[in-house]
Amino acid sequence: MTGERAAWPLWEVFVRSRAGLAHQHVGSLHAVDARMALDNARDVYTRRGEGASLWVVPASAVVASDPADKDSFFGLDEEFRHASYYVVPDGVHGI
Amino acid sequence: MCTQGLDQPRTLAAEDVSARAEHFEARVAAEDKIEPPDWMPDAYRALLIRQIAQHAHSEIVGMLPEGNWLSRAPSLRRKGILLAKVQDEAGHGLYLYSAAETLGVTRDELVDQLLAGTAKYSSIFNYPTLTWADVGAVGWLVDGAAIMNQVPLCRCSYGPYARAMVRICREESFHQRQGFELLTVLAQGTPAQHAMAQDALDRWWWPAVMMFGPPDSESTHNDRSLRWKVKRFTNDELRQKFVDLTVPQAQFLALTVPDPDLAYDGEHWRFGKPDWSEFKRVVKGDGPCNRERLVARRTAHEDGAWVREAAVAHAAKRVLV
Ligand SMILES: [Fe+2]
Ligand SMILES: [Fe+2]
Repeated sequence: MTGERAAWPLWEVFVRSRAGLAHQHVGSLHAVDARMALDNARDVYTRRGEGASLWVVPASAVVASDPADKDSFFGLDEEFRHASYYVVPDGVHGI
Repeated sequence: MCTQGLDQPRTLAAEDVSARAEHFEARVAAEDKIEPPDWMPDAYRALLIRQIAQHAHSEIVGMLPEGNWLSRAPSLRRKGILLAKVQDEAGHGLYLYSAAETLGVTRDELVDQLLAGTAKYSSIFNYPTLTWADVGAVGWLVDGAAIMNQVPLCRCSYGPYARAMVRICREESFHQRQGFELLTVLAQGTPAQHAMAQDALDRWWWPAVMMFGPPDSESTHNDRSLRWKVKRFTNDELRQKFVDLTVPQAQFLALTVPDPDLAYDGEHWRFGKPDWSEFKRVVKGDGPCNRERLVARRTAHEDGAWVREAAVAHAAKRVLV
């Protein structure tokens, strides 16, 4: 029973719900090749017209940041990058 | 759901474990979501693997009782609806196997456990669908009970499971409504059709009530599961909610719930004691269809082996050319 599927790679699935929006990650699935991954992604993730376009990407091609490095990797303390950091004086409009 | 490349469990020195465990408990208590690469206690991982796998198996085996009626649905419309419903259940199984895989098990291991008969699935699917009304009763009661169980799981502390449940819950209410609609037609039909609907309720009511698992006084996993925010309500709490919602629906259908002790106390519908010995018997493998279900799964798996082998061979050949 085991074995025959061990070689089926994992694919990450991205769906664009309609033109104008970005593709979003919706899940993953196993498939022998890209064609099967696309067919299965359609059946598993877009049974109710959820998609106008599908991407499948081999999971092994995803390079991820290390969650243990979260603070040093993302931890910029630069509030001045946000508009909300600046005080707009009362009476000033359109800024 | 996360990629496998991201879910390597880390090994830690023993002194680090208690600090990590404390941090983990604090995160869970603060309603933070746990993701595959995060450190988690072995018992949490094991509890999730067991629960998600059982849940996935239930979706897959759950296709069989209704699949039984696909070729005999009374109209093309009903056949299309039932096909879509059964296909959804296959999809639910796949979302859940994916979620389980983020915890470090392979799908093959889980499928092998199901086929070997060592994994559990919801015992409700070991009852037969004898008439067309049973298809309605399954949608209304079995999917109805499943919704009651699954909606709180959308807030489960483990991210991939919670996200899979969000997708599933979006699809489940179609399942329940098509069943209720089907039963409405029968219940308001000829006396023979009404009797068929009543007979289905008579046979499915108690197994549905028992779907929430053993009473809290006997349930072994309730405490930890609640503390770790995998479950949000106890078995008995969910069972009471289900009965409170479902009894008025049965009244609308002019069907009689087969429980002489059923009585409204002004707040809740109080109900009689389910036959827990029957529940235990079915869980242990002695229900009306346990053997049939496993044989059907094994046969499907074996019959599909050549397709899986051909797909792998085809992919290998395309890499070479
Ligand atoms: Fe389902
Ligand atoms: Fe369902």
